Amino acid sequence: MLDTLFFIASIIPFLIQGISVTLQVTLFAFAIGLALASLLTPIRVFAPVSLSWLPRTYVELFRGTPLLVQLFLIYFGLPSKGIKLDALTAGILALGLNSAAYQAEIFRASIKGIPESQFLAAESLGMSRLQVYRYVVFPQAFRIALPALVNEFVTLMKESSLVAIIGVAELTRRGEYLVAYTFRALEVYIAVAMLYLVLCLTFSQGAKIIEKKLKIPGYERSR
Amino acid sequence: MKNLLLVEDLWASYGEHMVLKGVNFALKKGEKVVIVGPSGSGKSTLLKCIVRLVEPIKGKIFLDGVEVTSPKTDIRSVRAKTGFVFQNYNLFPHMTVLENIALPLRIVKKLTKKDAEEKAKIMLKTVGMDAYMDKYPLQLSGGQQQRVAIARALAMDPILLLLDEPTSALDPELRGEVLDVLRRIAREGISMLIVTHEMDFAEEVADRMLFMEDGKILAADSPAKLIHSLENERLVRFFRKLKA
Ligand SMILES: Nc1ncnc2c1ncn2[C@@H]1O[C@H](COP(=O)(O)OP(=O)(O)O)[C@@H](O)[C@H]1O
Ligand SMILES: [Mg+2]
Repeated sequence: MLDTLFFIASIIPFLIQGISVTLQVTLFAFAIGLALASLLTPIRVFAPVSLSWLPRTYVELFRGTPLLVQLFLIYFGLPSKGIKLDALTAGILALGLNSAAYQAEIFRASIKGIPESQFLAAESLGMSRLQVYRYVVFPQAFRIALPALVNEFVTLMKESSLVAIIGVAELTRRGEYLVAYTFRALEVYIAVAMLYLVLCLTFSQGAKIIEKKLKIPGYERSR
Repeated sequence: MKNLLLVEDLWASYGEHMVLKGVNFALKKGEKVVIVGPSGSGKSTLLKCIVRLVEPIKGKIFLDGVEVTSPKTDIRSVRAKTGFVFQNYNLFPHMTVLENIALPLRIVKKLTKKDAEEKAKIMLKTVGMDAYMDKYPLQLSGGQQQRVAIARALAMDPILLLLDEPTSALDPELRGEVLDVLRRIAREGISMLIVTHEMDFAEEVADRMLFMEDGKILAADSPAKLIHSLENERLVRFFRKLKA
């Protein structure tokens, strides 16, 4: 037992170096997802029907196929078209494109959650459609979206372990190394899992503080 | 005197469901007109049609000489010069009381931020809510929220104020403060079209009363005459039920 604890303690420093790569992958992928979703959402809201198939198809494609297949397509498939990406870039890109679909869905649902009465009030004051969304709908929808976005971020952090398969030296990949050298898979993967858990809990707790800051004052009382 | 608002043969529906079935009436400048009628008779829809928050399917509406129903009319400019007060206040919950009033002044009326806030403060004073300008709507009581909503509508310097049951979402003890504000505004001479079932208030403030039922205006007269009418069976029944 003591031996196990010592072993785990001894591999933690090596694993922790993988955390920075895991965080890098997650943060960049989430940012790509957020940027793309922020493009897709206005198209969904404002574009004429002739264009609305575009965001819809995007979401269906990326949610309807396995992330791993998307990753393989980008890393192993694109080179045949002359697009060669290093493993880290390919991993970030695949996760980012995938997350965009989920984030776009989160935004869509949040906008749907804004009551009709808010639209009516804004329009009755003479606001343009653009102003209604910019000043009244989007700021409220974003607050509604926050918990789901945090959830998506944490999910992404866990899914980022997939990029170990194409050789990105993040947390899980470093675990694989250690297993190959020490043959102590149980202890190594327990240590890896614990580190993911610490990361996820840290982020959800941090997000709770942000949510509290952005919360609409008086919201609870009115429910 | 000249008609400020003229509604001619107005029809409106939600899908197949016909809600307004040929509404005709006029409102003169400075006049206060109250609309009463059973729930579902189309009162809210009528008010919304006047600023095309609901698109009528037939009929004409003229406001201040402009044909609101014409496709050529810029409806936003019509909305910018009318005030709409909703039953459930519909303030923007993510903005302070001050911002609720200043924002439309800034982005619709194109006032500078400073001018908009100054004007917002003046309007808040007139409804007795200036002490609450940094609060958020959901931190206020219903009566306070409605007073802010009235200030928001008034800040646009409307030529016509539309009020859709402004006190019916409120607990009885909170209605007085809102009605007091409305009485005060009414004395300033602004034209008002008010859906309400506050009969004492209507008798005191309104020049005329319209009785609506099933998408039509069945009677129009002074409030006293309608409320105390003995001839029209429907009216008698409606007001008796209201009192009970
Ligand atoms: N947005 C809507 N969609 C469909 N039906 C509606 C909508 N708003 C109102 N109605 C229906 O139209 C009728 C008239 O409603 P409304 O104008 O709100 O009446 P009132 O204000 O007199 O109670 C009612 O039968 C109501 O159910
Ligand atoms: Mg109504």
